[in-house]
Amino acid sequence: MRAIDTIEGKAYPLGRPNIDTDIIIPAHWLKTVTREGLGKGAFETIRAEPGNVFDDPAYAGAPILIAGDNYGCGSSREHAAWAMADMGIRAVIAPGFSDIHSGNAFKNGILTVVLPQEQVDRLLEVAKELPIAIDLESQTVTTPYQDRFRFEIDPFRKDCLLKGLDEIGITLQLDDAIAAHEAKAHRETPWVEGAARAA
Amino acid sequence: MTTDSSPRTLYQKIWDAHVVQQRDDGTALLYIDRHLVHEVTSPQAFDGLRAAGRKVRRPDLTLAVADHNIQTTARVDAAGQRLPVEDPQSAEQLAALVRNTTAFGVEYIEDLAAEQGIVHVVGPEQGFTLPGTTVVCGDSHTASHGALGALAFGIGTSEVEHVLASQTLLLKRSKSLEVRVDGPLGPGVTPKDVALAIVAKLTAAGGAGYVAEYTGSVFREMSIEGRLTVCNMSIEAGARAGLVAPDDTTFAYLKGKPRAPKRADWDKAVAWWRSLVTDPGATYDKVVTIDAATIVPLVTWGTSPDDVVPITGIVPDPAALTDPARRAAAEKSLAYMGLTAGQRMQDVSVDRIFIGSCTNSRIEDLRAAAAIAKGRHIAGNVKQALVVPGSGLVKRQAEAEGLDRIFIEAGFEWREPGCSMCLAMNPDKVPAGERCASTSNRNFVGRQGPGSRTHLLSPAMAAAAAVTGKLTDVREIA
Repeated sequence: MRAIDTIEGKAYPLGRPNIDTDIIIPAHWLKTVTREGLGKGAFETIRAEPGNVFDDPAYAGAPILIAGDNYGCGSSREHAAWAMADMGIRAVIAPGFSDIHSGNAFKNGILTVVLPQEQVDRLLEVAKELPIAIDLESQTVTTPYQDRFRFEIDPFRKDCLLKGLDEIGITLQLDDAIAAHEAKAHRETPWVEGAARAA
Repeated sequence: MTTDSSPRTLYQKIWDAHVVQQRDDGTALLYIDRHLVHEVTSPQAFDGLRAAGRKVRRPDLTLAVADHNIQTTARVDAAGQRLPVEDPQSAEQLAALVRNTTAFGVEYIEDLAAEQGIVHVVGPEQGFTLPGTTVVCGDSHTASHGALGALAFGIGTSEVEHVLASQTLLLKRSKSLEVRVDGPLGPGVTPKDVALAIVAKLTAAGGAGYVAEYTGSVFREMSIEGRLTVCNMSIEAGARAGLVAPDDTTFAYLKGKPRAPKRADWDKAVAWWRSLVTDPGATYDKVVTIDAATIVPLVTWGTSPDDVVPITGIVPDPAALTDPARRAAAEKSLAYMGLTAGQRMQDVSVDRIFIGSCTNSRIEDLRAAAAIAKGRHIAGNVKQALVVPGSGLVKRQAEAEGLDRIFIEAGFEWREPGCSMCLAMNPDKVPAGERCASTSNRNFVGRQGPGSRTHLLSPAMAAAAAVTGKLTDVREIA
């Protein structure tokens, strides 16, 4: 997973509350075999609206999304995070996120930044014209106008994102403990590994 | 292992033996002994490994087989050439499994092998599932494998990837639930009826947060096939997993299975398996008891697996429900099912019959259905009656016993193994508005196809419905 230090660039000024995961990726995209390519289906219903932010060349390839409260509510589908990652979104700023989606975003290396509504409104304004920057180390969002908003983040998640470690990466750091368990199982219950393959 | 010597349940013992690391927040890193893989929930997991440059940690503990998308009609033509899978997305999922297992060195039971079948039939019959092991698969009905005294549960795609890479999972321990069923089972009452009775008693959400252990004389006397049926439907009661303690029945079933322990290992294994049973004095967080004598042949009427009534009963009246939300749900259910309150279940005619699925596609299930079908014929109003063995080995055994002839002469179709009509991911679907008597596990809206209407019941009851053309009390036929 790509480490996050500073994410700087254009931001989609979406700003709507209660964007559910069905809006992020509609159900008919779920019979796929890869995580890749789901970006094509991301925000399909919004993209059907004339003048939507996702098809506006001004924001093409933006690494940041600014949304309204309760972002990612609804179905727990991880495809929502996959679709966002596939379209190049590396951070989402909103007044609040659904727990499940925030976890799925984290699993897929997407930073979720919670800021009060008035600060999100300010960023929505700025983003229409200029790039913004998120610095994970100092936990701040800054604009070219000298706005500086601090956000809170779970220390464990921050550490993982800074190091580019996903949950699997973290578990794999425990390789010694896993190997020790395997050695013990090999001694105490040798038939478990011995029998897995057909003789 | 815990150093605490207080009495422990079977679940607790298996859990304790697999904790790699306990964390302060109550989660544990749990070692996974057996990982079953199928084509639907694995492609993105393998992709994730590829993207991160990771390997499968223990390909030797991983076994893959295709079941959900695979067609149950002929797979080769007269010349032995493979017939194509028509749906391009199904074909792609199946091809991806072949590609991924080859690339990552995971054993794949190929589609034309006799060992191919539904993942939850294959695991036990191969002896891949063993007592005291942790078993996972990206499928909720993984709970089935608890029948052998394994701790088995379904996981999501991210977790599939986590297990492939690390052979572990991060989990919080569930609460323990004892479901005790004692006493003699009446005539015509099968393990499926026991399973439906348990789901009805617990409700579809009653097991949430629990791992169930099935105890009592009914389970001690029940075959492994029957235990698999009951554990399989743990998930329909909301439980994470269900287990039956390993005993002589378990050991007799496993002995000589292709992947079961051999020679000196066997005796060591049996001794360890015997030590897993719940200690006297161990307590469960919750206990539910059912008197076996009260269980009769059962059938579902609605769109939730806990919508259960005796076959001799009537369609319930939503007006009798005091909770407005439940009343509205029941009314909606009846409208979808095309039933009216007060209608006798035995007056409900059916269009299709499905005998199969990870719940009821094993040899005993087929024998029970064949015993009813023998010398009879499906009714004129039945458009299709499918019998889908759970694996190629089940199919072979049934053919050796002449069951295929009985079914074919009675007008049933004898198919190739797979998930088939259980879930509408392959060509076997129930058309909109049609009614199916099904031995599967879910009667959800659209489960067997958009607009399909499902009545869950036992294999013998499904065969009885086939020969009469309506839901029928098997006790009046046998």
